Amino acid sequence: MKARSTSHDGRFARWFNRTGWAQLVIGLPYIWLVLLFLIPFLIVLAMSVATRTPTAPPFGYGGENPVINLTGYARLFTDDLYIRAFTTSVTNAAGATVLCLLLGFPMALALTRVSTSWRQILLMLVILPFWTSFLLRVYAWMGLMGSNSWFNRMLTGWYNAVVPEEWALRALPLMHSNFAVVLVTVYTYLPFMILPLYANLERLDPVLDEAAMDLGSRPLRVFWDITLPQSIPGIIAGGLLVFIPAAGELVIPTLVGDAGSPMIGRVIADEFSSARDWPMASSVAVALLVLMVGPMMIYSHYQSRSDGGAR
Amino acid sequence: MPDPFIRIEGVSKSFGTFQAVRDVSLTVARGEIFALLGGSGCGKTTLLRMLAGFEDPTEGRIFLDGQDMTGVPPWERPVHMMFQSYALFPHMTVERNVGYGLKHDAMTRAQRADRVREMLDLVQLIPFAHRKPHQISGGQRQRVALARALARQPKLLLLDEPLAALDKKLREQTQFELMSIQERTGVTFIVVTHDQEEAMTLADRIAVMDKGQVKQIGPPTEVYEYPNSRFVAGFIGSITTFDAVVQSVSADTAQVDVPALGGRITARAMPGLTAGQSVTLALRPEKLAISRHRPEGANVIAGVVKDLAYFGKDSLYRVTLPSGQLVAVHAVNARRAGAADRVADWEDAVWLSFDPTSAILLVD
Amino acid sequence: MNRRPVFLITVLCFGFAFFYIPILSMMVYSFNGSRLATVWGGFSTKWYVSLFSNKQVGAALILSLQIALLSATVATILGTMSGIALARFRKFRGRTLFSGLVTAPLIMPEVITGISSLMLFILMAEWIGWPGQRGFTTITLAHITFSMVFVTTVVHSRMVQADRAIEEAAMDLGSRPWQVMFDVTLPVISPAILSGWLLAFTISLDDVVITSFTTGPGNTTLPLLIWSKVKLGVTPDINALATLTVIVVGTGVALAGFILNRAEKRREADRRLAYRAND
Repeated sequence: MKARSTSHDGRFARWFNRTGWAQLVIGLPYIWLVLLFLIPFLIVLAMSVATRTPTAPPFGYGGENPVINLTGYARLFTDDLYIRAFTTSVTNAAGATVLCLLLGFPMALALTRVSTSWRQILLMLVILPFWTSFLLRVYAWMGLMGSNSWFNRMLTGWYNAVVPEEWALRALPLMHSNFAVVLVTVYTYLPFMILPLYANLERLDPVLDEAAMDLGSRPLRVFWDITLPQSIPGIIAGGLLVFIPAAGELVIPTLVGDAGSPMIGRVIADEFSSARDWPMASSVAVALLVLMVGPMMIYSHYQSRSDGGAR
Repeated sequence: MPDPFIRIEGVSKSFGTFQAVRDVSLTVARGEIFALLGGSGCGKTTLLRMLAGFEDPTEGRIFLDGQDMTGVPPWERPVHMMFQSYALFPHMTVERNVGYGLKHDAMTRAQRADRVREMLDLVQLIPFAHRKPHQISGGQRQRVALARALARQPKLLLLDEPLAALDKKLREQTQFELMSIQERTGVTFIVVTHDQEEAMTLADRIAVMDKGQVKQIGPPTEVYEYPNSRFVAGFIGSITTFDAVVQSVSADTAQVDVPALGGRITARAMPGLTAGQSVTLALRPEKLAISRHRPEGANVIAGVVKDLAYFGKDSLYRVTLPSGQLVAVHAVNARRAGAADRVADWEDAVWLSFDPTSAILLVD
Repeated sequence: MNRRPVFLITVLCFGFAFFYIPILSMMVYSFNGSRLATVWGGFSTKWYVSLFSNKQVGAALILSLQIALLSATVATILGTMSGIALARFRKFRGRTLFSGLVTAPLIMPEVITGISSLMLFILMAEWIGWPGQRGFTTITLAHITFSMVFVTTVVHSRMVQADRAIEEAAMDLGSRPWQVMFDVTLPVISPAILSGWLLAFTISLDDVVITSFTTGPGNTTLPLLIWSKVKLGVTPDINALATLTVIVVGTGVALAGFILNRAEKRREADRRLAYRAND
């Protein structure tokens, strides 16, 4: 056991205990993030107004190049490719988010209603895909959607059975389409919708449901009047957690998407790697971030609110 | 005799192997305030929930105004509940909370608004109509819960521990408010509580419950002065009990031998008493008179003051009897007295006496 | 009155089918004798055999594990520090920027983080001569940055719920703030730190996009290997690899859940015992 030695602390010890310690705990991660996250981010900003040059690295400032080159940003509005890419990305992401909500909300609600012994196992089963490789989960769907898979053949059979002869198909063109992108996005991001929703719904007081029933509302009404309004923070948190990353996805569109109508993540990667056009890639990236700033701020607003409320 | 308003017939409720309510039968009259009183786990809350419709009886039936309530879901019953935690909807204003149930009644919007106003006026919360639950105090939240439950003019209002969350001052005030509201609206109240003071003040009749069964039903005076068992006697108010044996019984008195009191005492006769029967003698502290001088009368016991607690308006004494037993005595300080001429002091030798009618004889 | 949520249970079952049918299909086809991954050609374990003798896969796995172990550990240390910092130090200069830096990577698209990190490394190589060759170090640095914010979130939310009174009690008894952290805070939040480490480990092991941007020649992680193969289409040896992954991860998750459950049951029993002892 250490003996009390309050007045015997040397000057260094006193400084350390009072301020140095806090500075270390805050400072170390802070410096790391500034160096390896903030500065790269600033580089992207700066790069977006640079000029593409055939040098290595492929950009130039000053000299014969203008200091601030905004042609990249101008192209975003004039070139059809970028406009279509943004539209496709936002549409796919929004579609996936809505589907995640429609499927995930009942699942989360069901999880709160099952008995506790089942709940542990079921929650684990929901989390398990989340821990498995993301890439492999996308790959799993590639297996199902391919023209020769049992799944595709089964669906084609059903399709042909209900559709007139001249519309019959050999196989459903599931792969390499926006449909595939949305489907796989829903598949891989569904846990991100279920978990915040479940956390929100689990905290609701069941007595309120009883009070509503006592006052004359049937269970469906109770859901609409009482459960749904209180689950809005969870819906927003889950929704943004799906929408924002999904809009900038690269892996899913590359593997199962339509190469003819690329999503914005692919455009950025292509501009950067294939076309070696760093400034353009940076401009597109900045535009994507600007588009996401609104949703991101809503997300962190709701995060801080839920943290404050939980205390 | 007209059919009682609420009839609970042979109701039992089991959860798995645990029996929460055992064969309970009782009736409640229209416009009555009825209390279910008991400690935690006695089954009173389960019984309340069966009345509201959140649980179904395993056995037995419940009748409300002549209608069998078996299988009727809560949203169809003309019964509303004031929950212990108030259960106000956090995302609705006070006004919308109170008006919530009215959606299911055939009223025009104007009629609904009028009714909400009427209710808010009843509980004096009109200025707070547009506030949300987290913006009002605990006592105000309770009044909103009450207004909300009464808005649809239910036949029966259930109150789950209505005064438990309030501090002492607020409790007294709310007690009287509840009683006055009940009088004005004429709604039948069933109150569940573990606080016997609450039950005694509010209720017209009390049912004392223990381990799923009803032990005694009656108006507060009856349950207090004429308990039918050791449990009820001990549960309500304070009491001191002594083992005793009946010596003889005459027309209106009984002689009972109480070893702890050192002799015989005279009690009022009860039907069914026989000589030689073992009984319990129970004495309420306020029924014992204490003085330094030996009084006249049938039941006089000597003792020494072991402890005394002075409350100003009254005092509580603990007196040791020669047999070693401690008796609690409660005396009002009716006369102004200083230290010198006080009724009794620590270590004083005193005489306790009581009227034969105050002796409670219990046979269980 | 028991409301059986039939509709909800149906959706739940459908949802689980949706989750697991693709995975199960993949696992079944890993035993497919035929080369065509989508046509059944008899039961065979040959893909597993070829997987185990594949040197490329082995090297990639080892590289991935090394990177994941190192980056998870460093990320946990940094993430725990920032989680505690945000929860315990209410006001400090630049706090808003700090919380912004800690939230942004969570929802920023990985492709942007990838190109920004790569540009940083290339420019640094230009200006200060390091890193000369991108590979293990650059990948690890990027992984640490990306995963430490997840650890921060986990630790922070645990810290917010933790009882401050015990820390104050420790200080009252003479401990300096840094001693309090090691004696009291860290042990109390250790489950959160552990789950943060696991999260960082998984993120690093699984990452494709950021790794592909920050890697150099000769440094292929397992995800990158799979990525290059999968871009060409569906192959049964990937099925085999995927099945093994699912089994390993599934066992890990089940084990973790089981252990946590047992610990919780034991704590409940202890609590009940103590309660009864006080009667």
